[in-house]
This record gives sequence, C-alpha cells and structure tokens, in this order.
Amino acid sequence: MTEKLPADLRYTKDHEWARPGAGEIVVGITSFAVEQLGDVTLVNLDVKAGDVVVAGKAFGTIESVKTLSDLYAPVSGKVLRVNGDLTDKPELVNEDCYGKAWMVAIAPSDPKAVEALLDAPAYGEYLKAAAH
Amino acid sequence: MSEAQLRRTSLYERHLELGARIVPFAGWEMPVQYTGIVDEHQAVRTAAGLFDVSHMGELRLSGEYAPYVVDYVVTNDAKKLADGQAMYTCACNERGTILDDLIVYRRTQDDWLIVCNASNREKMVAHFARAAKDHCSFEDQSDATALIALQGPRSFEVLAGAGTEGAPLSALKSFHFRDARIAGVRCTPSRTGYTGEDGVEIFCAWEDAPTLWGALIEAGRPLGLRPVGLGARDTLRLEARLSLYGNDIDETTNPIEAGLGWVVKVEKGDFIGRAALMEIKGRPLPRKLVGFEMTGRGVARHGYPLRDGSDPTSREVGVCTSGSPAPTVGKNIGLGYLPTAMADIRRKFFVDCRGKFVEAAVVATPFYKRAK
Repeated sequence: MTEKLPADLRYTKDHEWARPGAGEIVVGITSFAVEQLGDVTLVNLDVKAGDVVVAGKAFGTIESVKTLSDLYAPVSGKVLRVNGDLTDKPELVNEDCYGKAWMVAIAPSDPKAVEALLDAPAYGEYLKAAAH
Repeated sequence: MSEAQLRRTSLYERHLELGARIVPFAGWEMPVQYTGIVDEHQAVRTAAGLFDVSHMGELRLSGEYAPYVVDYVVTNDAKKLADGQAMYTCACNERGTILDDLIVYRRTQDDWLIVCNASNREKMVAHFARAAKDHCSFEDQSDATALIALQGPRSFEVLAGAGTEGAPLSALKSFHFRDARIAGVRCTPSRTGYTGEDGVEIFCAWEDAPTLWGALIEAGRPLGLRPVGLGARDTLRLEARLSLYGNDIDETTNPIEAGLGWVVKVEKGDFIGRAALMEIKGRPLPRKLVGFEMTGRGVARHGYPLRDGSDPTSREVGVCTSGSPAPTVGKNIGLGYLPTAMADIRRKFFVDCRGKFVEAAVVATPFYKRAK
C-alpha cells in the first residue's frame, strides 16, 4: 500500500494528504484510509468557502458501509473551495482518492505549516510501523 | 481483551490466503472482509457466499430427559420438532429478557444440538449445564465443531459441484438437516442461514473444515461464489431484519418488544421466563423494535439516539440498535426501539447522528425479501 504514495504530497498521521499549490493546500484522504474504510457511501463536508478550519480539527465526516470517520484539517486556514462532486458521488473516494476525490482547498494561515507534515517516505515508515 | 487471548478457527490460514482482513470479534480473530463488503454482499444475493462461523457455540444435550430440559430453557415449543428438524428460539431469564437467541436442532428424541452466539458461549454453557444437571447429559462441543455457511441462490449448484452422496441436499426442507458427505467430508448440512437467502449451514469436525471449505471455494468459483466476512454478514442479516445479539437484543430487551413474539409460546407449558413474558404480553408494550430508513443525509449507527423532532427542544425517545447502508435495498437503513405510539409505518422521527439530527421514517420489515 505504501509504494503508491505520491511523492509530491504531504501526509498526516490521521491519513489525510495535503497537496501544496499556489496559495492553497488541497486536502484528501490517503489510499490507506480508503482501504481501511472499504466502500465509501457518504462524504459530509461540513464547511463552505470562507469558513475557517483548524489543524487537527474535523471539517467533515466520511461514512463507509461499516463505519464513520472524521476528516481532519491538516493545516489551519480559510476554506477556498469544497468538492461538491462528492455529495452525489462518494464512490469517487474509492476510485481516485488522490485526484477526483479531493475534499477541500485551504488558504493556509501559515504557508510554512504544510512543511511540518510528513513527507511520503516518512508517512510510508509510519504506516509500516503501525502495521506491527 | 488482549490479542494474546484471541482464538483462531481451523480456517484462519485459508482466510489469509484469500486476502481477508482479520479483526477481533467475540474473542476470535475473524475475517471482516475479503474483496469488500458490497462485493461480498451482492455475491450472496446473486450467486453464493461462503462464511466461516466456526466461532459459534455448539452445545449437546442427550438422554431421556434432554427434550424436557431444552424445552424448559427455550421460549419456543421444542416439543413440536421432529427428528432432523430445527427451530429458531430465544432463551430468556426469569425477568423475560433475552439471554441469547439460538437454533435448536433435534437429531432424535434424546439427542439435541443447540447453536448459540460466540459472544454468549460461556454464559449459555453455564445456563444449559445448570438446567441439565441431574436430568440429562450436557457437553460443550464448540471446540470440536466447525460451522460453514453457504448462502445464496446458487448454493445448491455449488454443493452439487463439490460432490454430495445420496439424495441432493436441495431436497432438504427449510429448517431441516441431515448427516451427509460433501466433497468426501462427513458433515451435517442444515437448511438455515442468517442472510435472507436460501442456503445451508454445515457442521463438520474442526479439523475437516479446511477440506470442506477448499472444496466449496473451488466448486463455487465458476459460479460466482465469494468468501464473505463479518461485514457483509451484518449488512445481509440487517436487510433481512434478523436480530443481532448484543445490538438489537440483549438482557435489557424482551422478545415481545423485539418483534420475536412468534418464538414465545407461553401456552406450551412452563419454561424459564414464562411468568414474566405472560405479564409483558398482557400489558400494552411501552416500546417496539422498528425498522427505519434514513430520509435525510446520514447513516444511523448502533447507539445513536432517536428523537421526536429536529430542534434542540425535541425529546430523545429511543435508540438505534443497528444501522448501515443497505447494498441491495439501496438506502441507509436501521433498527431501533421507539415508543409504541411512534412505531407506525411512515412515522417520521430523527436520528441524532453525532449532533446532526437527520430525518428518518419507520418502514415495514424485512427491508429485503428474496423472490420465491
């Protein structure tokens, strides 16, 4: 599962990914999280453009057949966009978790905050350690 | 419970070979899913699925007085069973609440098998042993007995493919069983299940289970059979409105309010809990276990409160006991206890999904019924 971690992303121990871009951080959940969830049936993004999110705090929930999980903001900032496609197509999370199933774009209050997150090798190591 | 104490069935290695994800369940390491809950669920509805349920308890009562002991412990009328016939029942305590739900098998007049939930095994062993003392023999055969469930419309094609001796097992009537050989393995298939589909549950010796399992997987592969884990087992049973002990029923619930009044035969003679159950039946029921579907966006889960309104001043009126997306029904469904006055079909109420009050409506059950 770890060999497919995109190298351009940063990761959290809650299994969110963060893609740094021009003035924004795009956020989603990792393939490991998707594997653990199984078939995703509902994505509830509880924020809209303009809302403030806080690193480590929930911005929504995701439901699979078996369970419900919180979605945590990897960085603090203001929400720029949310992915409305997930409302009607939660299965995108299973199909393309690093692409079409992005969840929110955040304008970070601290542009450097994303660098404090795990890089791909470090997240890979974290997953390996957690498996034992 | 620490992992060191978890037990494994004789099929554990097979599950790993098939790519199962293993989770702790009732003291066992059991497969929760192989290919995915929805995929496995659909395989059972459209083709066939194979389940390892060897963790369940098998208790044997034998001797001249065994039928009387069994009948005194369970709420259903065991005296109505013929040889080779089984029935679903509850066992209650003196308060009329549910100790366990069981299937009782009458092999002969003086040889009975009881299948109990894994989570209740120790309790039920003690309960039946106490009832049997000085009256008949009692033996906990769980450690020597494996149980494999084969469920789905193509189950009997799978059995034929695996090779059975004697009359085809499709000749077994519902809730009947007999001794047989499947793929050369001595076993006892029973036409019972926990999915809402046709099929069998097959008892065999603990050490023979891998042979039988392997033969059924092989015979089923071209027919679309999948191994099925506890995840899909739960969605399948919920769509069929089959109770799950520890979720929908337990020692705080009675069979009448749980919709299991059909297995309580107070007229059959004395049994444990009879007086309490007669009293419960003689009074208006304060609450009922109802089926519901979510009409708003949300999934009800076990333990979520049920409310009579969506505003903060609304009252908490009940509790969700089971809830999940339902793959065949295509809705988010659930079971929960509501006041009898709110239990009518189409009645609207709200589920407190972690602080979000999501609308739901009472619906008729089962949510899913197979075409005959």
